[in-house]
Amino acid sequence: MKNLALIAYLDIKESLRSKWFYVYSFVFGGLMALFFITGVSDAVVMGFTGLSRMLLIFIQITIIILPIFILITTVKSIAGDRESHILEYMLSFPVSLKSYYWGKMAGRFVTVFLPVFFALLMGVIFGLIKGGSLPWGLILLYTVLIFALCFTFLGIAFFISSVVKSTDIALGSSFSVWILLLAFIDIALIGLMLQNRLDDKIILALAMLNPIEVFRIGAISLFDPELTVIGPVAYYLLDSLGRNLLIIYAVVYPVAVGGVFALFGYIAFKKRDLL
Amino acid sequence: MIIKAKNISKKFMREYVLDHISFNLKSGDRVALMGPNGAGKTTLVRAILGFYKLDGGSLEVFGKNPIKSRVEVLGGISFIPQLPPPIKLNIEELLKYVSKSSGIPKEAIVKEAKKMDLNLKANLNKPFFKLSGGMKQKLLIAIALSKKSKLLIFDEPTANLDPKGRKQFYELLSGINRECSTIYITHRLDEIEGLINRKIYMELGKIVEDERL
Ligand SMILES: Nc1ncnc2c1ncn2[C@@H]1O[C@H](COP(=O)(O)OP(=O)(O)OP(=O)(O)O)[C@@H](O)[C@H]1O
Ligand SMILES: [Mg+2]
Repeated sequence: MKNLALIAYLDIKESLRSKWFYVYSFVFGGLMALFFITGVSDAVVMGFTGLSRMLLIFIQITIIILPIFILITTVKSIAGDRESHILEYMLSFPVSLKSYYWGKMAGRFVTVFLPVFFALLMGVIFGLIKGGSLPWGLILLYTVLIFALCFTFLGIAFFISSVVKSTDIALGSSFSVWILLLAFIDIALIGLMLQNRLDDKIILALAMLNPIEVFRIGAISLFDPELTVIGPVAYYLLDSLGRNLLIIYAVVYPVAVGGVFALFGYIAFKKRDLL
Repeated sequence: MIIKAKNISKKFMREYVLDHISFNLKSGDRVALMGPNGAGKTTLVRAILGFYKLDGGSLEVFGKNPIKSRVEVLGGISFIPQLPPPIKLNIEELLKYVSKSSGIPKEAIVKEAKKMDLNLKANLNKPFFKLSGGMKQKLLIAIALSKKSKLLIFDEPTANLDPKGRKQFYELLSGINRECSTIYITHRLDEIEGLINRKIYMELGKIVEDERL
């Protein structure tokens, strides 16, 4: 593992110069700035204080777009390195595959987590300037959720990059994974429930297995279920599991999913042809 | 023995690209590896570097399995690929990667590059892929030569060089330790004739000629 830090460091430096990183930072920073300009943060609607409401909207948008950002940029750069023979050259030096794979993942993690985290901080700082009490519990929860979200989808992205050799197919697979997960979030689940096509238990299981849905439920779990339009699935889970258990599940389960995918990706990377 | 290959095979899409190849490479062997496009030269070299799982046979480099003992094996090999890859790291970062992973002092690479009229100090912040084709090639050569490896593998290393660059490269090569083994893939035997003492000719995944000079 001796070169892990070196590989992570170089990956971060490379990312900091890349266009995707600027777009990525701009999108999340811009989103937060937009909320303040448009005054989303000032309104008190449906029992939310302004800042909480704004953070909630921010995290809900993040939960939808962050996965596809992570999947596409990661898959593209890793599969791209293989196609353009960068991987062949870099791996002709005496670094272990373990250091290389996990070093890349660590470096990537820093570059995808920090911009979103800074956007969140920006929101907090704006909130401090405007005065009023800050929802610290919410801020902490969202920080942890963003952390888990990054880890989960990085794990999936690294798995796809290891298993699929061509950039095009890897990008296609990433997109399919994202669409599939989006298709099974609350709105679609309500549809299924209403039509009575599926047993309610299956629908709940689908919701609990889908990391995006789990994040969504985690994100609203601190709000009073009576006040919020949170969707029947989320309401039911919140009601039956209780808030604390649900929050723990919303963090631990996706992280476990990401970890398992990352590990399988590593095994595939080691066991198969490198090029 | 530097390389011991016994009956090694590699299939891509059900076709043998390496078809039961056996050969040995002793220290001091300087081989010109030749053959038509698609003969399997690059594939053979990549197997030696531990990039491919073989479909059969056994391959040892420095007495070790290049996949299982990749760090030890690659520690003794310098490799220059067929085309300089579009690495996005800048020169400074690339030098850092090489020097930390392989234990070469950066100054050694800078010095080696200077012998080919490549000034690295002036380009430290330039991304590697933005160098000219010849400059890239020279940097890869400088890295390979400063590594002081027991085995050097060059996959057509002079493709991008101007005549002067080529001449400088061959001069550098004639300066390397005679104990070193070299595998030199080329389509232009005349250029390296003075540097080699063995010729291996491949065709359709087989070694069809192996001649000591
Ligand atoms: N990853 C791969 N997947 C499928 N086929 C491959 C792969 N790599 C090489 N091949 C095939 O193996 C054969 C040998 O390729 P190789 O690159 O070893 O040839 P070569 O002797 O180096 O040729 P050249 O002189 O053109 O560099 C070719 O037919 C090539 O298409
Ligand atoms: Mg070749």
